[in-house]
Amino acid sequence: MALKTSAVPFKGTAAQEKKLLETISALKGEDGSLMRILQEAQGLYGYLPIEVQRIISEELDIPLEKIYGVVTFYSQFSLNPKGKYKIAVCMGTACYVKGAGDILDKIKSKLGLNTGGVTSDGLFSIEDCRCIGACGLAPVMMINDDVYGKLEGTDKEIDDILAKYSL
Amino acid sequence: MVNIKINGMECAVAEGTTVLEAARAKGIRIPTLCWLKGTNEIGACRICVVESKGTGKLLASCVYPVSKADEGREFLTHSPNVLESRKTTLELLLSDHDKKCLSCDRSGKCDFQDLCRSLGVDDDERFEGARNQYEIDDSALHMYRDNNKCINCRRCVAECGVTQGVGVIGANDRGFRTNIGCAFDMDLAESACVSCGQCINVCPTGALSEKDNTKEVWAALGDPEKVVVVQTAPAVRASIGEAFGFPMGTPVQGKLAAALRQLGFKAVFDTNFGADLTVMEEATELLQRVQNKGVLPMITSCSPGWVRYCEAYYPELIPNLSSCKSPQQMTGATIKTYWAKKMNVEPSKIVSVSVMPCVAKKFEISRLDQKGQGEYPDMDISITTRELAKMLDKAGIRFAELEECVFDSPIGSGTGAAVIFGATGGVMEAALRTAVWKLTGESKDSPVEFKEVRGTKGIKYAEYDVGGTKVKVAVASGLANAKKICDEIKKGESDLHFVEVMACPGGCVNGGGQIFVPSDTRNFTDIKAERAKALYTLDEGNKVSRKSHESPEIKQLYDEFLGEPGSHKAHEILHTSYRKSRGIK
Repeated sequence: MALKTSAVPFKGTAAQEKKLLETISALKGEDGSLMRILQEAQGLYGYLPIEVQRIISEELDIPLEKIYGVVTFYSQFSLNPKGKYKIAVCMGTACYVKGAGDILDKIKSKLGLNTGGVTSDGLFSIEDCRCIGACGLAPVMMINDDVYGKLEGTDKEIDDILAKYSL
Repeated sequence: MVNIKINGMECAVAEGTTVLEAARAKGIRIPTLCWLKGTNEIGACRICVVESKGTGKLLASCVYPVSKADEGREFLTHSPNVLESRKTTLELLLSDHDKKCLSCDRSGKCDFQDLCRSLGVDDDERFEGARNQYEIDDSALHMYRDNNKCINCRRCVAECGVTQGVGVIGANDRGFRTNIGCAFDMDLAESACVSCGQCINVCPTGALSEKDNTKEVWAALGDPEKVVVVQTAPAVRASIGEAFGFPMGTPVQGKLAAALRQLGFKAVFDTNFGADLTVMEEATELLQRVQNKGVLPMITSCSPGWVRYCEAYYPELIPNLSSCKSPQQMTGATIKTYWAKKMNVEPSKIVSVSVMPCVAKKFEISRLDQKGQGEYPDMDISITTRELAKMLDKAGIRFAELEECVFDSPIGSGTGAAVIFGATGGVMEAALRTAVWKLTGESKDSPVEFKEVRGTKGIKYAEYDVGGTKVKVAVASGLANAKKICDEIKKGESDLHFVEVMACPGGCVNGGGQIFVPSDTRNFTDIKAERAKALYTLDEGNKVSRKSHESPEIKQLYDEFLGEPGSHKAHEILHTSYRKSRGIK
């Protein structure tokens, strides 16, 4: 085990930090303020890296672990920024029975990512999603707004698709 | 009062009493697992369920306060439904538990194992399915975490966060993947863990344990080239008897000295000697700070968990910490300098072992600032009270039957002031005995007892008129209590002169390395008070003296070796420095 932080370097700005501190001081002391602060912070930064959680921890005088516990409990919070291209593999029933799980695993291993992760260059992030309404094309995945259906899940097919995207 | 029934027995209880407490008053022990009285009252594990008669509902009795609405209600504490539910809960927990009981360090002292036995679990594989697999976190010097044995009861989390106000561990992720760990899954060693070990004391399984250093002790004892010596802290004698059938609070120092000798140590020393030495140095430092308008209040530095807490959480108070090393380190430093010379032993051949009620001592001996003269560390190996009990067990030494003996001199006799170091307020009282004596013309009749600073309350304040000077003191044990005093000092609101802080609630008697206490006893006995009684008994009956400055061995040490308290030589050997910690909070 080691500190599990995002592979993408933190690029927070002074303006973002100022806004975050304002948000915290406005909500500090209210019941349930941590959730609202985390939501606002995720809105500001797009995700909740250790740098942001440490600011919240210090300002609220709450241990970092407690904040991390809340962040990892709720799926609405993310520890990683989204990539320039967001890969979403459908895990709806139809796609799942047609082998979407294997496709997701294959892409994850090609990119060296876990679900929710982002490549260190920020190009791809990956997540699973529920039915996108294209069951006739199962198994399906999306990369931003591009839909790829009737996937066979071969290495060549996946490599060809990923090769279309660059920084 | 509300009239309820428990298993048919009429029972009038005050509103707000939990069903668990009401049953206890009727002589029924409802089993518990996650419940830690006053600390972890979350009703999560469902082991303590009772049945509300008529409705069939199962309620968590630890968090069910009786209210007016319960008038006339009957609770069943061992109905077939209740017993089946408890058993099933345990079997479900077992389905994601590493069941290597035979090789588990906790076996025989494990709450979870005890419950499985007493509640009749007869198939530890009743529920099969996925199992979480975790890496063991052995990054820290003082302990390891094996989450494969963790049952997510959160007792450690509550102890760390609520009692100690540290909170470096907590529940991460959710559902089946829920696991106890640090923020961002960092290693414990990277975090600002203060190494107090209270989490280990309350763990109901083998998930948390001190690092086992007994192997190194056995190896040293078997090495004819080495001179292996041992010292044992005041609080050890108040707890180790529990492992060999003595009631809690029985002082067993004579048997302890005999047992250590039987293990094969060349010399058996008493850390009480180091405690007396600490008093001499610390009282001198305090008087100097007061006279020279130095940084006040001065805060004690005997508790390595507290020192680590200060370095991580209140680095601005580092100048307030006494520069005195702890009694363990002072004893260690004296062994490798004064004793080595006196006995004509080459210091590099000495393996100096300490038996401590503490796991933070394992960390303390590794500190770079804890070196005496030369290139060798003050101390070589530190083991806990529990580890010593294991060694005695392994060696087949029948502790209870041993003939009592005394420690080796010099470094073997301690005063009454030294032995109370193991209880909260003890260091303060011991230091006051000597400081007041010094300030009031060194009279033989200077006061001995300072009862205001005794007792297990988390924070105690007292004020003494010493020869016309007002001396204000405070004593805190448990780091959440220490935090309150630290905040007062930080804000400049404090006019205190001297503060004693012990990381563990109640002081060393309740240290993270003491003999395990089953959770049922823990919830219904004041361990801190019971064990402290042993130390105050030894103080009152001390044949040498009850004041550190009257110890003949201490006088001899200063005469032959150190000169005066606070001398240049004393500073070289017995004092140290601190620095801000980089641990992640």
